This record gives sequence, structure tokens and C-alpha cells, in this order.
Amino acid sequence: MAIEVRIPTILRSYTGGAKVVEGAGDTLDDLLTDLDSRHGGLRGRLVTETGTLHRFVNVYVNDEDVRFLGALDAKLNDGDSVTILPAVAGGAFGFAAAAALAQHDAAALAHRAAVAAR
Amino acid sequence: MLSIDRSIIDAIVAHARRDHPDEACGVVAGPAGGNRPTRHIPMENSARSMTFYEFDSMEQLRVWREMDDRDEEPVVIYHSHTATEAYPSRTDISFAGEPGAHYLLVSTREPDSEEIRSFRIVDGVVTEEPVQIVDAAVDPNAVQSYMFGQSPATVDYECSGR
Repeated sequence: MAIEVRIPTILRSYTGGAKVVEGAGDTLDDLLTDLDSRHGGLRGRLVTETGTLHRFVNVYVNDEDVRFLGALDAKLNDGDSVTILPAVAGGAFGFAAAAALAQHDAAALAHRAAVAAR
Repeated sequence: MLSIDRSIIDAIVAHARRDHPDEACGVVAGPAGGNRPTRHIPMENSARSMTFYEFDSMEQLRVWREMDDRDEEPVVIYHSHTATEAYPSRTDISFAGEPGAHYLLVSTREPDSEEIRSFRIVDGVVTEEPVQIVDAAVDPNAVQSYMFGQSPATVDYECSGR
């Protein structure tokens, strides 16, 4: 079963520059695991160490934000289109920033380690 | 360097003033690979905060798809700081997810003047760049408005129609 996944510019280093990749899975969680087997490190940029979707990444199934579809448990069907976009956020000071920063930094560190290990 | 039409800067500043004291945010799209911002898209700040902004995720999907369909990209991503300088905060740097974009910041902390600055933010590294504000080449009054803009005695934000 094939699901089209649109990759944002900032994550294309994991897909060899590809804008669209294909994957498989019954849920978003499965799909991200499947993608990670070919595009190592991608899942780590989208999912936190505690196993939830990063707060500042938007993932859509067709026209829906997956936060309204059960997040990582969102059900997928053959032919679905998944779009990943970096959330656009910031500001002079963020109340949600401290926690998200920690997650982001951890992901960035993991990415650097993965790149260094190649 | 960011080169941008005066009419677009005026529209961004008007948006920032309108939403003050909340932060305003938006995009200026342009042809992919062209580094030329042409289409101003004010976005809703779903955080509705004086210190934080976030695009509404559904509006973002719609706008990003539209850019894709038109073979455009987000050339400029802008937001306002309403009580601090127009410099990226730690939050801005951490969340900057479009390495190809110019991050434009407008400070509206002064009631009668704006600070407008532009930055590249790539992998957590901030690089400031000059902003060149261009008067439309086809405008027959371009020379006159240039003269107007250069004379300190006539710089009056009340008169600019915003």
C-alpha cells in the first residue's frame, strides 16, 4: 500500500533532496517507522523521545491536521496523501517555548550525531 | 540582501500596526528560485499573543498548497515584535523552519516609527542582511516619491495613508 508523503525543504536532507516520497503503514506511527527505515533520522525530527508528535511540526492527512485525527494513531489508507510542514511560530517570548526548545535541541543533537556517524 | 517593493513593506507595516499590541505574522510569496517577494499574504496569529505568534495550521496548509500550485515559495516570513527590538529571539531562531526564507521582523514598540530588519536563519545561525526597499519601476511618480522619502522634513507617517 502506497502513501504519498510531501517533505518540507528543511527535512529533504533525509530524503536525498526528494520533495515527495512513498511509504506504507496502517497508522501515521507505522508510516513514520517505515519511512525511517529508508530515510534514517526523519522520524526523530517528527516524534519526541516520549513518543508524541513534535509540537512545532504540522502533519496533515489529506486535508486534515493529524492532531484532530488521533495524532500518531491517525489511520491511513492506500492512496492517502500526507503533508509535513514546519509550523511557523516564534515571537518575542514564548510561553510554550521552553519545553519545545528542549525537544528541538534534542532532535538537532540527534541529527548531528546521526550525520557524524555516516 | 532582501529587495522588496515599498507597497509590500507598507502593507506589512499596516498589518503590524493593526494587530498591535499582539504580534502580527505573514508571508510574502514569490516565484520559486527567484528570491523576489511579490505576493503579500497576511496570516492569522492563532496564538493571539503580545509575545508569541503561530500560523494557524489549516490556513498554513491552504497557503502552502496554493504556493505550490503557483510554483511559488515563501520568500519572506514576517512577524512583529511589539515591545522589543526587531531582532530574532531565541524562540524565533529555534523554530525557524524555512532555511530559504528571509525572516523579516518589524518592531512596533515606537508609536510613530518602525524598525524593519531582515535575517537569514539556518541551522540556528542568524545572519542579518540589508533590506532594499524598491519603488515600483513602472510608477511615474517614482522619482518624486524617492525625493519625498529622502527629505527628513517630510517623513511623516501620518501622511503615508496607512
